[in-house]
Amino acid sequence: MAVLNEEQRLLRDMARDWADQQSPVSAFRRLRDSGTPGVDPATWQSMANMGWAGIVIPEAHGGSNFGYLGLGLVLEESARTLTASPLAASALGAASALVLGGNPEQQARYLPGIASGELIACLAIDDGPRHQPQSFSTRASRSDDGWVLHGSKAFVAEGGQAQLLVVAAETDSGPALFLVEVDTPGLERAARHLADARDHCALQLDAVVLPEAALLGAAGDRKLLDAVLDRARIGAAAEMLGMAVQSFNLTLDYLKTRVQFDEIIARFQALQHRMARLFTEIELLRSTVEEALAAIDRDDPELPQLASLAKATANDTLHLMSREMIQLHGGIGMTDEHDAGFYLKRARVLENSWGNASFHRDRYARLCGY
Amino acid sequence: MTAQEAAPGGDALEVFRRDVQAWLQENFPQELAGQDNPLAAIEGNAPASPAAQAWKAAIGSRGWGTPTWPREYGGGGLDHRQAKILNEEMAAVGAWNPIGGMGVMMLGPTLLEFASEEQKRRHIPPICRSEIRWCQGYSEPGAGSDLAALQTRAEDCGDHYLINGQKTWTSGGQWADWCFALVRTDKQRKHDGISFLLIDMQSPGVEVRPIQLISGTSPFCETFFTDVRVPKENLVGEENGGWTIGKRLLQHERTNLSGGAAGRGGRGGGSLAKIGEYYLGKNDAGQLPDADLRTRIARFEMRQRAFRLTAQRVLAEARSGAPAAASSILKNVGAELTQERAELTLEMMGLNGLGWEGDGFTPQELMATRGWLWGKAVSIYGGTAEIQNNVIAKRILGMQGE
Ligand SMILES: Cc1cc2nc3c(=O)[nH]c(=O)nc-3n(C[C@H](O)[C@H](O)[C@H](O)COP(=O)(O)OP(=O)(O)OC[C@H]3O[C@@H](n4cnc5c(N)ncnc54)[C@H](O)[C@@H]3O)c2cc1C
Repeated sequence: MAVLNEEQRLLRDMARDWADQQSPVSAFRRLRDSGTPGVDPATWQSMANMGWAGIVIPEAHGGSNFGYLGLGLVLEESARTLTASPLAASALGAASALVLGGNPEQQARYLPGIASGELIACLAIDDGPRHQPQSFSTRASRSDDGWVLHGSKAFVAEGGQAQLLVVAAETDSGPALFLVEVDTPGLERAARHLADARDHCALQLDAVVLPEAALLGAAGDRKLLDAVLDRARIGAAAEMLGMAVQSFNLTLDYLKTRVQFDEIIARFQALQHRMARLFTEIELLRSTVEEALAAIDRDDPELPQLASLAKATANDTLHLMSREMIQLHGGIGMTDEHDAGFYLKRARVLENSWGNASFHRDRYARLCGY
Repeated sequence: MTAQEAAPGGDALEVFRRDVQAWLQENFPQELAGQDNPLAAIEGNAPASPAAQAWKAAIGSRGWGTPTWPREYGGGGLDHRQAKILNEEMAAVGAWNPIGGMGVMMLGPTLLEFASEEQKRRHIPPICRSEIRWCQGYSEPGAGSDLAALQTRAEDCGDHYLINGQKTWTSGGQWADWCFALVRTDKQRKHDGISFLLIDMQSPGVEVRPIQLISGTSPFCETFFTDVRVPKENLVGEENGGWTIGKRLLQHERTNLSGGAAGRGGRGGGSLAKIGEYYLGKNDAGQLPDADLRTRIARFEMRQRAFRLTAQRVLAEARSGAPAAASSILKNVGAELTQERAELTLEMMGLNGLGWEGDGFTPQELMATRGWLWGKAVSIYGGTAEIQNNVIAKRILGMQGE
């Protein structure tokens, strides 16, 4: 069970204040209405200045090595107000891939940039619209002095603003991760506009020639892939927790102010029970997310189960919460002017990223041996 | 006794069926077959093709868009068996009914019951031909579930009323020619101070402001009334007697909404299993490879079937005059099915089912996203799911408390 220490609590409070003051939902709304939805360099700079881009990166490479529980707290708080940033993609996903699988040269080359926020990196794993990491249609074949990649990636989160991609591909010996800089010849990116108005792009890899030094770890190292994915899943669950908390709080506030039948509608028992149920689900979710984050920090062998537990619980909980948020607001929740729609749309994108609830329940059962 | 005399009804119906077939052959443009657009209501005021306009004019002037309404007011004058035959024959050639909107769904049946002869003759025929578009001026910022809290004032000025106030969530307000509205004619009494008025949207002092929805479209408005003069001849029923009329209209609205869900479940992209097969493929046993999803699809389709059976049972019981308590459940189950279907579709499409615009998505995928978002409204409008449950608990189950 995860209990926050003093430093972690301070970090969480700092992140909470920052989100409320520097990155409220109104900032996301402005960004959505701007010409470049999903990309907000000033906000990212502000987060990097707080040191958040390097939380899981060793001090030797410019990070603070503060741990995943710490990063999870920041992810939760920044996602709570729908901050559009590459924190999950770069500081969690790509950084984890390099920390876990990178050799000293690769780490020295990329980690300091990621830690300072100057280099934005992200994971490019799934070939299609669903999470299917069992095998990839993107192929990497050996060449004389390196590798050649062919294939495509469907929805790469933060891929439009990234300079470095961690690309999954199938080799003769199994899956492998490659470091691909975005200006490599043969690589094309195309923006994909999803309902969440964030940065997503599709990749086309057409005979992308890479040096041997682009390979992370060893070809066919499924353990590495899984370890990176589990971190991404837990990070997404932390973000979803933040969104569920905010959706809940906004809904509760509304019920306490909206008057119908000469009473605040919070007085109606039917609605009280709905909120009590949502409160219950969110408390369960918090336990699974914090435990999974702590499990990364203590290198727990049960990490895969805990990752699936957290992501499946996050999916179910945020799914319910995002629907109830609209329903309990009535007509106003259906309007674009209200924030409820933002949470609903972002919720479904995250539910469909890194494995939906079915995927993780099935995986959990298999990991538990049934 | 000849054979003909023995079965007059049956034979007359066969003759009617052949008449319908011949009429459809002549009037339904084949190029329109199967092109019904279930999202038309969301997409707003899209211009219809010449063929679609011709079809609307043909069925409208025949009265078959409102098949069971009386002929004298422009309806089809058909009985239920004939209307069923008309439906069957239209479905057989891929024809659909273009006569719709709030005039048909809600106002027409209400006017037939409560309006004066003069009002019926004036307002119903244009509804049958879909010439006049109506909107519903019920909700206000402070009066949603508690509709009777409405404040929009109608002041008695001799031969007319003077209207001041604000309505909101007025669907189609920006395209409507007329509005049926609930207004306050007595401030002292809540339910008994409300009147049902027909308001010409072209009247000076009416202003509409479109509101954008989470699905990106703006099919509804805020509607403001400032010193709007409405002739007294547009009062339906008695002054201060509007609540009864307004509630009856809501019943028609709810019946139509649940009926719509039953229909949509059948059409609108076909079976969920087919969509699943397209996006997920099949395993060696010929099944969807995701067992959990497969079970949930089965659960959905079974529930939808139970819903349809209930709708049929309600209809049969209503015709035989028996009280149909089950009718009260249709609105909520229908709304739930509409939403669940959209969620399952999205889940199967994965991130493709969340496309907003631009490259990389099929039109069906983009439509799935918008339809999913729009569908969140079906458990809110026409009375929320919670209010409907309150009605069931109080009126049907007698759980009144004190
Ligand atoms: C897409 C759309 C189209 C619409 N079109 C029209 C239109 O054309 N014309 C028109 O007049 N109106 C229209 N409406 C308005 C609709 O009828 C109202 O939104 C609805 O009646 C709910 O009112 P409200 O939005 O004020 O929510 P509220 O009444 O404020 O309800 C908020 C929440 O509280 C719950 N609640 C309220 N009272 C109780 C209670 N006693 N017990 C338990 N729960 C309760 C509600 O169920 C809801 O979940 C439309 C709405 C939508 C979303």
